[in-house]
Amino acid sequence: MKATKWQVVVVLSLAAVLCGASGHIAAQESEDSAVIQMVGSTTVGPIADAYAEYFKDKGIKISVTKNGSGDGAKALVDGLCDIADMSRFMKEKEFKAAVENGVMPVAHVMAMDGVCVIVHPSNPVKALTTEQIRNIYKGEITNWKELGGADQNIVVISRDTNSGTYETFEGLVMNKEKMAGSVEYVASNPHAKARVESTPGAVAYVGLGFVDNKVVALTVDGIAPNRKTIAAGVYPVSRPLFFFTNGYPKLGSKVFTIVTFHLTEEGQKIIEEKGFVPVTSY
Amino acid sequence: LSNPADHSSLSGRRAGAVDSDRPLLLTPGQDLAGFVGNLAGRGFLFAITFASVLAVLLIFIFIGAEAIPFFAEVNVTEFFRTTEWYPTHEPAEWGGLALLLGSLYVTLIAVVIAVPIGLLAAVFLSDIVSFKLRQIIKPVIEILAAIPSVAVGFFAFLVVAPWLQNTLGMDTGANALNAGVLLAVMAMPTIVSIAEDSLTAIGRELREGAYALGSTRAEMLLKVVIPAAGSGIIAAIILGVMRAVGETMLVLMAAGNASQIPHPWWDLTQSVRTMTGTIAFEMGEAPHGGTHYHCLFAVGLILLVITFALNLTSEYFLNRSRRKLRGGGK
Repeated sequence: MKATKWQVVVVLSLAAVLCGASGHIAAQESEDSAVIQMVGSTTVGPIADAYAEYFKDKGIKISVTKNGSGDGAKALVDGLCDIADMSRFMKEKEFKAAVENGVMPVAHVMAMDGVCVIVHPSNPVKALTTEQIRNIYKGEITNWKELGGADQNIVVISRDTNSGTYETFEGLVMNKEKMAGSVEYVASNPHAKARVESTPGAVAYVGLGFVDNKVVALTVDGIAPNRKTIAAGVYPVSRPLFFFTNGYPKLGSKVFTIVTFHLTEEGQKIIEEKGFVPVTSY
Repeated sequence: LSNPADHSSLSGRRAGAVDSDRPLLLTPGQDLAGFVGNLAGRGFLFAITFASVLAVLLIFIFIGAEAIPFFAEVNVTEFFRTTEWYPTHEPAEWGGLALLLGSLYVTLIAVVIAVPIGLLAAVFLSDIVSFKLRQIIKPVIEILAAIPSVAVGFFAFLVVAPWLQNTLGMDTGANALNAGVLLAVMAMPTIVSIAEDSLTAIGRELREGAYALGSTRAEMLLKVVIPAAGSGIIAAIILGVMRAVGETMLVLMAAGNASQIPHPWWDLTQSVRTMTGTIAFEMGEAPHGGTHYHCLFAVGLILLVITFALNLTSEYFLNRSRRKLRGGGK
């Protein structure tokens, strides 16, 4: 009898401790941190990493997390990051959630990115139209010979639906039509590239920054993806990359320095080194 | 006894040994201190033990509570009967059959490979190989279990997949076979280790009894030792299956994640998507409290129910084998 009474006391005090702990964590998160948290897109990730490296010696510590644009938006809404790295604009839903949470998302366009459709170097197909690409992903074209290539089944590879690259591709190429069930999904740009590199019949899409000489980026609607066509916005599958902050950062603050860094020469050099296109070139 | 010196030395020793100076009657203060100390100690240990039980309970409650809205929001029979999985599309479609079958495919492949090999290895280790060699081989097999699944996943992705494509001529190397084979590798140490333990636990008497009745070694193993260890072996298999069902990182990288049922059904060179992989892929984007979010929790609940059922089954068999052994075996 005594024991059961004590059991109740212990359970209650344990619950109290747990509640107290969670409250404490929430309080910590809202404090202004010495380390700038950048959370979001795997596409913007390399730029953020390079920024972190550059600012390390300049008194600004940056921590970069790369889980996808959706995570970045969520982190900003929840006040878990200072800058959300996003490879797409915020969705209406995310904006609403932010405003309801007292967060005012402000977009900073810091670079342009082209989503390149890549194939194996041995593939004779070097150019496709947006419609052909759409039909490949819809599963209506299943063999490269239908596109003037070898008699080989197409292995269609997509990024996971969590990624900004997927959303850009879905919006610009798929016209919101459904991809076929046979489409394979990989979790990151390097994975997509690695799969195409090792699979002769594969097709995938990645940001321009991830294309190297081991894969071939297709010409789309007669326009080859390169810095010029992407910066000019004529390449059909190009998009701006964003930093989102809660309100416009205080002038001269650390966050301000980071989100305006792409206007400096060093910033542009970093963006170009990572294979993206500086916005100032148009 | 008549010597007073003897007596005094005896009482002195006794005082040192059992502390007979302590009064038998405690003061109310001491009594209370002892009572409180006892309760505090019990309470502390109870809290620590209860915390882990509480964690399990909370996991069940949390996943259950987040999953239940899904069953209200979506036609559940559709979830179990169609393969159209478009959670982010407008309008969204929730066909989970391909995910269920995807998990089933890779798990079955893993079982078909890992169980025979694992059991043969266990018999080899317990009864055939020399003790010295066993002491080397068993730890090595157990180290296999310590390899992080993401490392195995990278191997599947960067080595096995290209090999399947280039050497065996498959269209895609990220498929059910790739994931299943590597899951087998990951489930094997569990099966070998537990099956070997239960075979060893059978003991010398049974083996020597069988020999004494004129059995050959093969007869002794097949007709006496393996049947006697049956329950433990079944538990080993079930634990191996659980390892395969719950694995996430490896299938995410090796299975290709296409939401489809292989067609024809025996074509294991096609890409499949598992329940675990789907949760890992999509949880980040699913808006908190939305249908997609609840749906992923529902998938998690299905996984939880499967592993819970498997766990109970293995617990049953392990208990049975313990009971059997206590009773002297059959």
